[in-house]
Amino acid sequence: MNLTIRQRRIVWAYSFLSVSLIFFLFIRWYPTLLAVNISFRDWNVFAGSGEWVGLQNYADIWEDLFKPRSAVRAAFWNTLRYVLFGVPLQLVLALGIAMLLGQIRRFAGFFRAAYFVPYVTSFVAVAFVWRWLYQPQIGLLNQIITGLGLPMQPFLTSPSQALPSITLVAVWRSIGFAIIIFLAGLQQIPDMYYEAAQIDGANRWQLFRRITLPLLNPVIVYLAVLQTIQFLRMFDLVQNMSTDNAGGPLKSTTTVVLEVYKEGFSGYNMGYAGALTVILFLVILLITMLQLRVLSRRVDY
Amino acid sequence: MKQRKLWSLLSLLLIAALAFTACAAPPAGDSGAAGAATEAPADEAAADAGGEAAAADGEVIEIEYWQYNFQARIDAMNELIAQFEAENPNIKVIHNSDTPYDNFRDKIAASVPAGVGPDVVSLFYGWQTAWLDAGYLVPLPEDAFPPDEIRANFSPMVEASFVDGTLYTLPTAVRTLALFYNKDLMEAAGLDPESPPTTLDELKEQAVQCTVRNGDAYEVFGFVANPAGQGHHWFREVLLRQFGQQPYSDDNRTVLWNASEGGYEAWHEFLSFGTELETGRSDLITEPDDFLAGKVCFHIDGSFRLGSIAENAPDLNFGVVEMPEHNGIKSTFGSYWTHGITQKAAADPARMEAATKFLQFITTPEAGTLWVEMVGELPAQLAAAENPELLADEKLGAFVAGLPYAVSTFFVDESKDRQAIIDANDAVILTGADPDAELDIAVQTVQEMYDEFWADR
Repeated sequence: MNLTIRQRRIVWAYSFLSVSLIFFLFIRWYPTLLAVNISFRDWNVFAGSGEWVGLQNYADIWEDLFKPRSAVRAAFWNTLRYVLFGVPLQLVLALGIAMLLGQIRRFAGFFRAAYFVPYVTSFVAVAFVWRWLYQPQIGLLNQIITGLGLPMQPFLTSPSQALPSITLVAVWRSIGFAIIIFLAGLQQIPDMYYEAAQIDGANRWQLFRRITLPLLNPVIVYLAVLQTIQFLRMFDLVQNMSTDNAGGPLKSTTTVVLEVYKEGFSGYNMGYAGALTVILFLVILLITMLQLRVLSRRVDY
Repeated sequence: MKQRKLWSLLSLLLIAALAFTACAAPPAGDSGAAGAATEAPADEAAADAGGEAAAADGEVIEIEYWQYNFQARIDAMNELIAQFEAENPNIKVIHNSDTPYDNFRDKIAASVPAGVGPDVVSLFYGWQTAWLDAGYLVPLPEDAFPPDEIRANFSPMVEASFVDGTLYTLPTAVRTLALFYNKDLMEAAGLDPESPPTTLDELKEQAVQCTVRNGDAYEVFGFVANPAGQGHHWFREVLLRQFGQQPYSDDNRTVLWNASEGGYEAWHEFLSFGTELETGRSDLITEPDDFLAGKVCFHIDGSFRLGSIAENAPDLNFGVVEMPEHNGIKSTFGSYWTHGITQKAAADPARMEAATKFLQFITTPEAGTLWVEMVGELPAQLAAAENPELLADEKLGAFVAGLPYAVSTFFVDESKDRQAIIDANDAVILTGADPDAELDIAVQTVQEMYDEFWADR
């Protein structure tokens, strides 16, 4: 066969791509499909097989939703709260910080690095450090609070404060990523728009509202979708910040993924865990599609 | 023309890729259960002869032993393995102890289907039911472990390892709960460190006296009823019984925590340390670290803690006394880490033989004696536990004294059982919920789990 150089290049490109395709098929797609299959079975972890039980696992989840102190009900509700608190807070803070960072010239690299460092730190390390900071009586935060003469705060040991406390850490941990993306987005906006608007007498708010925000829309959508998915899959922080009583106190911090983990790997209820995973997948899919529809706007000037 | 060539080449590539993946898939599945099942019968005859041949040839059989990461246990087991390997040069035991306690079960669940798990595994006795349901453990061979001898020689607690008369696991050591007390803190509070509490009323009295508060914070915790620590056992097997209520029905089908006024009384007593007596709250304490740090007067814990105290807080001036009695009733919770042989070992007779030998070796009275010295757990074989020196031991004596009345709880799922008590406690302590209603919810939650468990049997 005589191939032109161009054709040969294409063939090589496809053969290299097919390697990663095979990897994805087996490491991503196959387990995903297996999880769907398992969710319809009474799966035995050790035997690696299970009887087909149809929608039984889904029915069990539905039933469990209405039990007193239901772990799954708490998990879905908390997961929603993580998203509702975490995503907007993350986006607003990140945009604000990015705009400030975009204005400074001195030490700009240092500041950017400082905000980005938490993002490259492992979730587990972050969780342990913050758990110590939050500790009642001896934690640094409580030492400061009581030092100022204010009452000691329970933070992670309070059913009402634990979830916001963890959300804040999650935002702090991954805000660096959002800032970098926003910075890049801001730099894409041509200066001439601002200059033109300023000549027309627009004030700072109008510049932000009419130029920055609309032109950042693709970036905002991208980040909103990505961060939502991340908060919907919240696990590491919760697991490591509420040891002894993971997801507690009183199930106030548990998430869907944490319940999947508990059911699947310590209760050995793989079918139930699989069904929860499938539900979470569908929720993520639905929310992402909604976000893309509602948030996406094409803006041209 | 060129276009067509390109396409044919691409389709060839695709076919090759598919063929490659199709070949790769079956062997991966084969290493799992299906493969083992089909191979087993043919193997058996061959390996029966093969096992002996291997031993004669001096071929080394490797078996894996797994336990969770706990330094004292790791050291003791390394010592036992060294002795065992010296006696059996043709068996090599690989000791995997990298997994932290919290993840131990998960790791087993993930590794076993992958075919890379242990041959002999250490497990908490309360997990045995779930592991049997999963088909993970095999019965211990009766010729190597005759049931009558086991019953005669081992602590009565070990009865929990029999299922319908078949023995599945066997421990090196067992442990009981007792009351630890910090002598320095007692002295500072004007208490006599030589007469620690022996009854529940004395515990309450002395705990109140020992508590030091600073505003909302506790400088010294008198006593904390902490269900996330050993507190849930104390409530179930000790307090309930002392208030005249057995925790579960004799057939282990019904949860009875709230079946009588006594049940509720026991629950109120448990909560009172955090609410009325204010000797310390479960949400403020980090157990057992705070006891090791000298911030807790009285602390319920197991004999296994002695090893870690000796290691991490060698200067702690403490004593141990039997669990406080009440209404003339003595009780304590007994439990043990036990060892089982897995399907993985059973699939190969040579490995099975090696695993059996190893299990026999680590459950002798001598192994128990080594274990008590290095880990602080009580020997499972009575011959070693009846040692008068041990009974007179200042620290271990209290645990050994508890052996005759210790009870091991039958658990369907210990973590969910424990979680129900933690949640009931948190609801009362953190949100001021009604204690009786919370106990009812806990019972309902655990009962549903029991109903589901028995429905399949």
